[in-house]
Amino acid sequence: MGRLLQFGVLLASTVVAVGGLLYVRDRAHSVVDYRSFVSRPVDLRHPDQLFHKLTSGDSDMLIMLGVLLLVATPIARVVFAALAFAIERDRLYVAISLFVLAVLMFGLLHGA
Amino acid sequence: MPAPLFTLLTFAGAILAGLLGALTGLGGGVVLVPLLTLIFHVDIRYAIGASLISVIATSSGAAAAYVREGFSNVRIGMFLEVATTLGAILGAFLATRVPTRALGVSFGLVLLYSAWLGRRAHLDDGSPAKFSPWSDKLRLSGTYPNGRGGEIGYRVDRIAEGFATMFCAGTISGLLGIGSGAVKVLAMDRVMRIPFKVSTTTSNFMIGVTAAASAGIYLKRGYVDPGLAFPVMLGVLGGSLLGARILVEARVSVLRILFSLVIVALGIEMIVNSWIGKL
Repeated sequence: MGRLLQFGVLLASTVVAVGGLLYVRDRAHSVVDYRSFVSRPVDLRHPDQLFHKLTSGDSDMLIMLGVLLLVATPIARVVFAALAFAIERDRLYVAISLFVLAVLMFGLLHGA
Repeated sequence: MPAPLFTLLTFAGAILAGLLGALTGLGGGVVLVPLLTLIFHVDIRYAIGASLISVIATSSGAAAAYVREGFSNVRIGMFLEVATTLGAILGAFLATRVPTRALGVSFGLVLLYSAWLGRRAHLDDGSPAKFSPWSDKLRLSGTYPNGRGGEIGYRVDRIAEGFATMFCAGTISGLLGIGSGAVKVLAMDRVMRIPFKVSTTTSNFMIGVTAAASAGIYLKRGYVDPGLAFPVMLGVLGGSLLGARILVEARVSVLRILFSLVIVALGIEMIVNSWIGKL
């Protein structure tokens, strides 16, 4: 379980780092301003849009892909914990793990 | 500000935040959000979005080490994650509805409270541990290594109160984009009377899952900006790994007091600036 977490964080960090380098290269001469909030939402219910932008070499989307991999890491841990409890035939904790998983999926897919 | 310079400064600031967060045991987000809002003048919604992402990275990175040592209790963690994830969803919904001024003031208050919690020494009065009859029924009882090859057994107490405190910890985490590790440890160590070492390691384990519950709502509301998330996530992760290494090697009690004062100052500044509408 520990290795899974480490692997997930390492993979996500690598993707974010590559995306970040491309981001800085693309914006070498532009100016940023985070004083005012302009929402640029990422809708997880339409992953096809994300992959469309990714294939066109969008550095922002590569960073967001890394962020999604990172978010997926603890979720994967819950899935593996559920499997481990199932192997131990611990029905109570299989149910508890699945409930946590359901809350996580609700947050990801139906948020806002 | 030019984008490359801004990225570099944010990265350096995030390393510092991760370092301070690890040394004080409060987590990177607690230092990062005031840094971004007060010094870099970043809108608090972008700041908590970037912070939440860094919280997932550091929790998962740090938790990995503890799992192997056998301190964290997976059942206690999973059981209480029911409360923290539900709380986190509520908190993230609130974050999108509460005015930013109120967010800033709440953040400042949580900073002050965390500094106060972290300052108090852990009390172990040596009296026979009380425990709830539900500890065994819910299979929350466990053991941890005593460092001499043996195991120490423990049971948990006041499960309902601990569960409720964890719900609050989750709500704070979702509302402010921080790990709220201090409140999680409070729930396990003080309320449920779980051994301190088990509490801190299990809390670390739970922080990532809790933060993941609100991440979807943050993403959908556009709180996570790639240009800010990238230097912050990598910086805080690097800084906290460095901090964890220093913690092993050095005595940090003096540093800890010093940093707690820094946190108190940041908390007061957050409250004042939000109140007068400068944030």
